[in-house]
Amino acid sequence: MRRFALIAIPYLWLVLLFLAPFLIVLKISLSDAALAIPPYAPTLKDGIGTLIAELDFENFVFLTQDDLYWKAYLSSLRIALISTLLTLLVGYPIAYGMAKAPDEWRATLMMVVILPFWTSFLIRVYAWMGILSNEGLLNQLLIWLGLIGEPLTILNTNTAVYIGIVYTYLPFMILPIYAALDRLDASLDEAAQDLGCTRTQAFWLVTIPLSKNGIVAGCFLVFIPALGEFVIPSLLGGSGTLMIGKVLWEEFFNNRDWPVASAVAIILLLILVIPIVLFQRNQQKQQEAEQ
Amino acid sequence: MPRVSQTVFAPWDDPTEKPLIRFQNVTKRFGTFVAIDDLTLDIYEREFFALLGPSGCGKTTMMRMLAGFETISEGKIELAGQDIGHVPPNERAVNMMFQSYALFPHLSVWDNIAFGLKRDRKSKAEIDARVDEMLKLVRLEKFARRKPHQISGGQRQRVALARSLAKAPKLLLLDEPLGALDKKLRQDTQFELMDIQETTGTTFVIVTHDQEEAMTVASRVAVMDEGRIMQVATPAAIYEHPNSVYVADFIGDVNIISGQTNASGTDTYRLSWAEGQQPVTATSDITFSEGQKAHLAIRPEKIRISTDQPVDADNKVQGKVLDIAYLGNLSTYHVELPGGQVIKAQTANTRRIARRDITWEDPVWISWNATAGVMLAE
Repeated sequence: MRRFALIAIPYLWLVLLFLAPFLIVLKISLSDAALAIPPYAPTLKDGIGTLIAELDFENFVFLTQDDLYWKAYLSSLRIALISTLLTLLVGYPIAYGMAKAPDEWRATLMMVVILPFWTSFLIRVYAWMGILSNEGLLNQLLIWLGLIGEPLTILNTNTAVYIGIVYTYLPFMILPIYAALDRLDASLDEAAQDLGCTRTQAFWLVTIPLSKNGIVAGCFLVFIPALGEFVIPSLLGGSGTLMIGKVLWEEFFNNRDWPVASAVAIILLLILVIPIVLFQRNQQKQQEAEQ
Repeated sequence: MPRVSQTVFAPWDDPTEKPLIRFQNVTKRFGTFVAIDDLTLDIYEREFFALLGPSGCGKTTMMRMLAGFETISEGKIELAGQDIGHVPPNERAVNMMFQSYALFPHLSVWDNIAFGLKRDRKSKAEIDARVDEMLKLVRLEKFARRKPHQISGGQRQRVALARSLAKAPKLLLLDEPLGALDKKLRQDTQFELMDIQETTGTTFVIVTHDQEEAMTVASRVAVMDEGRIMQVATPAAIYEHPNSVYVADFIGDVNIISGQTNASGTDTYRLSWAEGQQPVTATSDITFSEGQKAHLAIRPEKIRISTDQPVDADNKVQGKVLDIAYLGNLSTYHVELPGGQVIKAQTANTRRIARRDITWEDPVWISWNATAGVMLAE
């Protein structure tokens, strides 16, 4: 009985704060838009029978008809994939450097990686607007150095979105890779060299395969939130930046079409289920390997 | 004494023999700490050489310098006549078996053993044949496809050995190779190691802090302390003829009786060791001057213990049994002498314990011959 009560708490949490809201969103996605409060019909006030009878997949059909939506999904996938790769390229060397640093430095380095979280996310994104704009710090610096004559247009392009995502999600990439590298026995690298590897070969043949779980975990931790990212593309991206998070926001707040917005959200969730399941399996495999 | 004969393996006694490894005045410093202090040492081909010492004595540093993981601060290390000071680890004909085994967890037993061979760009057939040969050598043919975490500790140890031998190195370094095994398995593995060393004819250098292990496997043992070598000799010579109190004390159990020497006949001295006690007689290879301070080191098993006064012993002292350490096959008696010094005497338990005639607080005689111990100056 006590054991049941113990596991009931997380389940109750999940039911109340995840499953119930999901069912509400699912229900709205199957409704029709209406000029009412709330702005959709039918509602529970119409009675259960009418409610079930009037639900349909009209909104989902609509999503397939307007090419805006699938283009936004594809573009989001592309941006999320590219920025995940970029984050990996930046994050791996940092994690490697941290794992190889002397013991007394590690806590400090870890602190430096986490430090940005102490400031509001919005403020940090606004700071990037200041850096990347045409009169921003970066352009001023480059012109002062004489590297460019005309200011570069970075803000309001996809480049700015990539910079924003890489910057924001870098700690999520660094921490799991660092954890994986930190656990590696230093003598494995020496054994590889002892058996005839150069340092580079030892890195590719031993260090990379043995930090694979950290790399996979880090990539999912960046890819999953980046796919539905809304703030970064809307603040740093331009009119050409098409991301599903932005479409969702516009559908909800500008068009006040809650049913279509909900349908967009449900599809996004379905797309995310695949990487989330893969991520979970990776974590599980890692735990099994450690036993 | 070093045994010199045609059949006995003793290249260190042959002045025409060229050593495989030469440490020439090697010094290694970490910052201001001197890990290896002006060390000179020759190791010969086909030797099973043991570096023995307490932790922090520099034995691991010596091994890592041989493997190429540590640079040399001063001096020179030669391998087969070549200075290897600046050769990176991957280009040395030296392989190492790591204390943690350092098996690659993502590779199977087979791939672990093949790892070094693949780096040499050998043909697939050659690699296959060599790996199979190695698997057979360590009797692990059945486990070739397993991952390291799917086999036992003893099997992992053998995979590590096979992997380090696969490239047929001139020199194999073993860093506490049996440290992680339990006692019974360790003893079996020691003999297996000796067999494999003999079969492959590879020169082995083993680092250990376990003196029993060093004595069992090695052709010669170097006893180290604080970055210096105290003595290099065969296990028997180290045990029976230690050159210092440190070595005598580090290897096995020993009684040290300190006193002043008086010559009595050639190579025989009388050692006054306590007020009001008969001086003890001992022979010595080294010469002591009159009244010089000396230490007599005697192994417990060379001291007899009896209830009656012995008649034919060179030295005999009466004492009282303070303690008995029962080890099953042996018993060690701690006998307190009138001056307060405690001497350990060891006897084989040829009788069942109930019939033992000496027990606690018994007055007993301990006795030993003049040749039983070694006289040491320091």
